[in-house]
Amino acid sequence: MVDEPLYPIAILIDELKNDDIQLRLNSIRRLSTIARALGEERTRKELIPFLSENNDDDDEVLLAMAEELGAFIPYVGGVEYAHVLLPPLETLCTVEETVVRDKAVESLCRIGLQMKERDLVDWFIPLVKRLGAGEWFTARVSACGLFHIAYPSATDLLRAELRSVYNQLCHDDMPMVRRSAASNLGKFAATVEPVHLKTDIMAFFRDLTQDDQDSVRLLAVEGCAALGKLLEPQDCVASILPVIVNFSQDKSWRVRFMVANQLYELCEAVGPEPTRTDLIPAYVRLLRDNEAEVRIAAAGKVTKFCRIVSPQLAMQHILPCVKELSTDSSQHVRAALASVIMGMAPVLGKEATIDQLLPIFLALLKDEFPDVRLNIISKLDQVNQVIGIDLLSQSLLPAIVELAEDRHWRVRLAIIEYIPLLASQLGVDFFDDKLGLLCMHWLGDQVFSIREAAANNLKRLAEEFGPEWACQHIIPQVLEMINNPHYLYRMTILYAISLLASVVGAEVTCQTMLPVVINAAKDRVPNIKFNVAKILQSLIPIVDTSVVEQTIRPCLLELNEDPDVDVRYFATQALQACDQVMST
Amino acid sequence: MSSGETGGGAAASGSPGVEAPALEWKFSQAFGERAAGEEVQEVDIISAIEFDKSGEHLATGDRGGRVVLFERTDAKEFRSRKELESADYALPRYPEYRYSTEFQSHEPEFDYLKSLEIEEKINKIRWCHTVNGSHFLLSTNDKTIKLWKVSEKKLKKVTDLNVEPPIGNGSSIGGSPVLSSRIYNLHNASWGGQPTVSPIDDFVIPPGGIPSLRLPTVVSSSETALFPRCRRVYANAHAYHINSISNNSDFETFISADDLRINLWNLEVSDQSFNIVDIKPTNMEDLTEVITSAEFHPSQCNTLAYSSSKGTIRLIDMRQSALCDNHAKLYEEPEPPGTKFFFTAIIASISDIKFDRGGRYILSRDYMTMKLWDVNMEASPVATFKVHEYLRPKLCDLYDNDSIFDKFECCISGDGLHVASGSYSNLFRVFGVTPGSDEATILEASKTPNRGRHMQTSSKSGRFINLGRGRRDNRRENESPGSSEMNGGAYDFTSKLLHLAWHPAANLIACAASNSLYMYYA
Repeated sequence: MVDEPLYPIAILIDELKNDDIQLRLNSIRRLSTIARALGEERTRKELIPFLSENNDDDDEVLLAMAEELGAFIPYVGGVEYAHVLLPPLETLCTVEETVVRDKAVESLCRIGLQMKERDLVDWFIPLVKRLGAGEWFTARVSACGLFHIAYPSATDLLRAELRSVYNQLCHDDMPMVRRSAASNLGKFAATVEPVHLKTDIMAFFRDLTQDDQDSVRLLAVEGCAALGKLLEPQDCVASILPVIVNFSQDKSWRVRFMVANQLYELCEAVGPEPTRTDLIPAYVRLLRDNEAEVRIAAAGKVTKFCRIVSPQLAMQHILPCVKELSTDSSQHVRAALASVIMGMAPVLGKEATIDQLLPIFLALLKDEFPDVRLNIISKLDQVNQVIGIDLLSQSLLPAIVELAEDRHWRVRLAIIEYIPLLASQLGVDFFDDKLGLLCMHWLGDQVFSIREAAANNLKRLAEEFGPEWACQHIIPQVLEMINNPHYLYRMTILYAISLLASVVGAEVTCQTMLPVVINAAKDRVPNIKFNVAKILQSLIPIVDTSVVEQTIRPCLLELNEDPDVDVRYFATQALQACDQVMST
Repeated sequence: MSSGETGGGAAASGSPGVEAPALEWKFSQAFGERAAGEEVQEVDIISAIEFDKSGEHLATGDRGGRVVLFERTDAKEFRSRKELESADYALPRYPEYRYSTEFQSHEPEFDYLKSLEIEEKINKIRWCHTVNGSHFLLSTNDKTIKLWKVSEKKLKKVTDLNVEPPIGNGSSIGGSPVLSSRIYNLHNASWGGQPTVSPIDDFVIPPGGIPSLRLPTVVSSSETALFPRCRRVYANAHAYHINSISNNSDFETFISADDLRINLWNLEVSDQSFNIVDIKPTNMEDLTEVITSAEFHPSQCNTLAYSSSKGTIRLIDMRQSALCDNHAKLYEEPEPPGTKFFFTAIIASISDIKFDRGGRYILSRDYMTMKLWDVNMEASPVATFKVHEYLRPKLCDLYDNDSIFDKFECCISGDGLHVASGSYSNLFRVFGVTPGSDEATILEASKTPNRGRHMQTSSKSGRFINLGRGRRDNRRENESPGSSEMNGGAYDFTSKLLHLAWHPAANLIACAASNSLYMYYA
């Protein structure tokens, strides 16, 4: 039996093998405590072998173990003993659950990065080779993620061997191994010497790009950009470019989708000239693809793509496609375009924007699908920088009004969130004329989230245009609405008041808003009354102490006598806050 | 009894040109056989049968939501895991199986929104890959698909704990004992409240550690047991009843099909799926056909086939577009003119389709026939096999008692030379596919399968075959096979053989007659 003070640790250790998975998890998460209690030597000689042997646990426990072991070097006696951590992680690399394997690989990489070169050769590289020749595909999948750690410290002979192991993995029977080889190829390639990069790695790459399985080819495309950046531009043009052009016409829409997502990075890798001759045509094809998913991906990259090609080429080749996309049959394509098209304005310059882009903006602002309109409005500041808001404002207003009254409350919520942005772009005058009324209108919305957002919006507007403007244009209208017969709307007004008070300052608060709040304390609905108590509490730090004593405290004392228990509770809370302010 | 003609394009069949001798079928094993006069429990009726890719394992599902696994007993030691993984080899002799484990896959549920009861009945089972000796399989009822992992674990005993358990509560197999409540609470207090400092953190550990502490010892016994565990639940993606699930050759995705839609899932992602086929018309009154079955091509990851109630099979290329409403190929046999009658549309409905292992042929089953299609020939099947032509005069009766809507499954042998499907009175038929073959054996799912051949002579011999092997539960040893109505030539429409499966490598058929599983080899 152990001594009483040791009980917690003793039980922590025992519970490594408890029946209850939650207790086992707790113990594993405190593995470092257990290791410290056992000491470095016993951790190496007992705990680590113990963990290596007991790996048929639930996945959750194994995942936690894989994570803990990644940071375990200090507990086994430092870097020179790091290799003792490899065996338990090696077994975790072979389990069925992908997340556990991934975590084990991640931890092995963490440890490998810290290990001495000699130890890597003695321990880590043999481990990679063992996993690479593993009986089950799980080991081989994990192996692919370790080569980039093993390779740099290997001797020439070992390096050749590692490359040949990787070659086997690229041609494995199981597609999941080939997928892993494809997705890790970029990382591995970055550590391989240029001479082998051009021969071996490119050969692996070519084979993966010709795989029967779409899922493998997809991942090979993803690697294109990473590989391209490692190669000299002329090699990249020679070996990567044809593959990409080929992929952009692949039979599978998912492969083309990947190309559409990656093309921009590839342009960077190959340089301007091949981009002009080969990649722009490929991109134009993708923008006109039969499959909407591909067009969505391509449309989303329009601005980025325009930025790396010359404005002239953009106008000549890409702009016509953009025009087509703005009337695409798929609303998702139009929405994707709308979310980026504003970014094209600075690239094309003022003249082209007004001539070419403005009609497209305006068309999208009238789109029947609310997301398209919202996406345009959300990026309004970018156009403003180029052409100014005047040209847009005429079309803008109907779009905003329509969105503000949309049937779906989420759409209304989205437009409210853009109102401060619009206000700052459009200026006070435009706002007063057209939008002020809308903002008040939302305070009376049927949906709570809209009313709440409307109140927050008023606060942000007050911050934007200043307290004086708020006193004139917001506060009187807001205060008027306190007489709404429905208590939920009155509550919204109280909420708005509490937000505005922090912006407009003590004087305005005391003069205009405080009386309304005090008055609301006599409301017949208890919910209003305890909200009054809460607001009064929030006003205490804003107003003068004299106001607190003369106005707020008497009101709270009255609420403190209320028959409703909740009202009394919040009144007491507020009174305590009063006392604190007074005593300081 | 007329022997079924293998009609149609015998010459067009592209199967290996070897002349296969007619198979002699013999009884191999029976599991869960019913005793004479024993009532069949509804929940025990088998509703799905599936071999895994290697044929090492067999799974059945029943109406009670249970999945029962069987494993091969013979020559298991001589096969390496590597072989199991690749799974293409010839077996020395016919396989024998034993019960290995069972688990409750689905429970009855109630959909409160639609006020619908969801049965626990297993509609389909599909085996996934095997890893580290653990088997993964998908099972589905009408609405929910589940991924199960069945792994073998050694039973373990934990000893040498630091804190001895109280007497009378000795350490049990499989885990550590329950600790005394006092200590337990002390410990829990250290985890319970987040802000309080744990006693462990308070305790200063001397450098070099505390020698008196020790790790528990785990003693593995040589005994192993199978532990089934539900790994993922793929739910809420089907508005209609799921009729098929099928794994992709990429080992990453699978499809599930209901009456109107086919969804694509990633095995590792259970909270989203992609709709790839949707035949639901905007107005449900325009509905003219439903999806009855769907299956992935065995090796081409982008190809799948689905059948419809109109008797057509569509081949889909998933590379073409995200939503595959346009088929790549449509297989439909033109109706011979003047043959249309009242039941034509009903009996044309395809109840099951299967690709052969090479993926060159598709076998389909409609109410009266099986058809073998060459995927490269859309106009007509290469062969048609009449399963129970003698029932044609009785279609009216079958319609009246709803039997005409029964969904019979079909299967192809691993070598692609034979096909099989079930009928009534617990009969099933095996046909030779090779051009010129007139092999069309009738077998009965009982211990005397060949009785069906000379039904009129009513042989009752061979009843007392030793059944000691392969028995699922302790039901009585010797009993006479059911359905004595057969002898009079009357058809027993309640004894229908809907589910059957062909071993992937050997000539072995497993079929379900009500709650019993029968296996036959040749």
